[in-house]
Amino acid sequence: MLKDITIGQYIAGNSPIHKMDARVKILFALLFIVLLFIIKGVAEYAVITLFLALVVKLSGVPLKFIVRGLKPMLFILIFTVLINVLMTTGEVLWSVNLGIFTLRVTREGVTMGIYMLLRLVYLVIGTSVLTLTTSPLMLTDGIEKLLKPFEIIKVPSHEIAMMMTIAIRFIPTIADETDKIMKAQTARGADFESGSIIRRAKAMIPLLVPLFVSSFRRADELAVAMDSRCYRGGASRTRMKEMRLTKYDAYAGAVIFAVIAILIASRIAFF
Amino acid sequence: MISVKNLNYTYQPGMPFERQALFDISFEIPDGDFAAIIGHTGSGKSTLIQHLNALVKPTSGSIVINGTDIVEKDADLKKVRSEVGLVFQYPEYQLFEETVYRDIAFGPRNMGLSEAEIKERVLEAAGLVGLSEDLLGKSPFELSGGQKRRVAIAGVLSMRPKVLILDEPTAGLDPHGRDEILGQISRMHKEHGDMTIIFVSHSMEDVAKLAQHIIVLDHGRVVMDGEVAEIFARGDELSKIGLDVPEITRLTYELIARGVDIRPDIYTVDFAKRIYAELFLGREGTEC
Ligand SMILES: Nc1ncnc2c1ncn2[C@@H]1O[C@H](COP(=O)(O)OP(=O)(O)O)[C@@H](O)[C@H]1O
Ligand SMILES: [Mg+2]
Repeated sequence: MLKDITIGQYIAGNSPIHKMDARVKILFALLFIVLLFIIKGVAEYAVITLFLALVVKLSGVPLKFIVRGLKPMLFILIFTVLINVLMTTGEVLWSVNLGIFTLRVTREGVTMGIYMLLRLVYLVIGTSVLTLTTSPLMLTDGIEKLLKPFEIIKVPSHEIAMMMTIAIRFIPTIADETDKIMKAQTARGADFESGSIIRRAKAMIPLLVPLFVSSFRRADELAVAMDSRCYRGGASRTRMKEMRLTKYDAYAGAVIFAVIAILIASRIAFF
Repeated sequence: MISVKNLNYTYQPGMPFERQALFDISFEIPDGDFAAIIGHTGSGKSTLIQHLNALVKPTSGSIVINGTDIVEKDADLKKVRSEVGLVFQYPEYQLFEETVYRDIAFGPRNMGLSEAEIKERVLEAAGLVGLSEDLLGKSPFELSGGQKRRVAIAGVLSMRPKVLILDEPTAGLDPHGRDEILGQISRMHKEHGDMTIIFVSHSMEDVAKLAQHIIVLDHGRVVMDGEVAEIFARGDELSKIGLDVPEITRLTYELIARGVDIRPDIYTVDFAKRIYAELFLGREGTEC
């Protein structure tokens, strides 16, 4: 179960996508999400699908990883599709009377459901590609840089980024720790898997207490370690690796603007 | 009797991070044995012992404990786990109860014993690891590191396992705490002659003081398995895999190589003191 956590998982690589600047990747990922929500019609979805396929192919991330990222979303995906299929009004394809109300599947509903499904799936795939090809450190650095302008309105960009870095850094550690404590308590006869919900919730105590205790201890140790190296927050800190735009960012820009241009051109041409 | 045959284990099979940790492991540990599993960090010791009470299922191979094959689907794991007590590395991080007493009672309670029986076992286990009774009412989180570890070990002993496995029980303790724990383990073995003890360590010095039987792991394979004397006689091979025989044993072998007539099975400084005194001073074990 713990092995399925893909957040913060990064697959090192040397692809053009890996080489892009984190800031650019984040911005383009945002742009991609916006595009996903304004496109309509088969042709526009086709363009986006092609674009996404190209990105995934270029990134060299195994498809298995991407599919794994979708698994936890399965319930939400099915739920969204059902709601859309059943709740959209329009030309009725099929209906069934359930006494108090009638379930109607409409042509518009089916179309809407398919589009919604594609949107969500693409959204997950797009963001997975971002996190799978960008090391967590680069990612938070990128976020920090992008939030910088908002310091005028008192957004603590450095602190936010630092908190994210630390949180991401400790996900695998805590997953390991959970595994270890679970095994240790199982060895003492604890049972995490059977019984009623209340029993199972109670069974979590021997796991959660040590986990909290050790998280606080780790936080404490980390604070001391940071303090003893004179960590003083964001002001006037320099970095070991400066972020620089490269030709890969230029290519990526060219591709994404080409996609947008195609989308706009098609709308002007058809309407 | 514990019998492991052709055991292989792979972490995260089929994933990009796949890693085989154990290769074709076979060994036997008879009842009442005091065995040590020794090997470098990462050699697979912890992975191996987690198989012995079915916390980890082998990728292939068999593990038979007192006649029960614990790899079988219908094996009674609760029973296996109450018979094979496993003390993890840094066991103090698993403490969670409000009081030391309740923490030690966690195992027996899971076994469904009566309050009276639980109390008897808690007191016995606390005594075995040398915890005084006034500590039983305290919160485990107020204790010192060494005391916490003893509480955790008592938490396994209270299940009265037939086999006790300890994973690096002295890791991170000061020399005093280490000697105390080792002393208690050794006493336990003497007093409960029928309890099999398996002791995991990367320190030959510790092993030399206690074990009768040593299994040496290197990169997930058993490279040596035998009596203490047999293993220490192969000091050169041990050095090659980064393990050292105790300093005092090495000195003895050095002396033998230079023609001194002395017995080779000297593993502890105390014993060496006596033998060397006899040899060089010609008298019976008086201190110099
Ligand atoms: N949860 C895990 N996932 C993947 N690999 C692991 C895990 N635990 C241990 N390993 C690997 O298995 C090997 C053996 O580890 P371990 O049994 O902990 O060795 P030891 O206890 O001798 O130090 C090591 O190479 C380690 O990296
Ligand atoms: Mg270990």
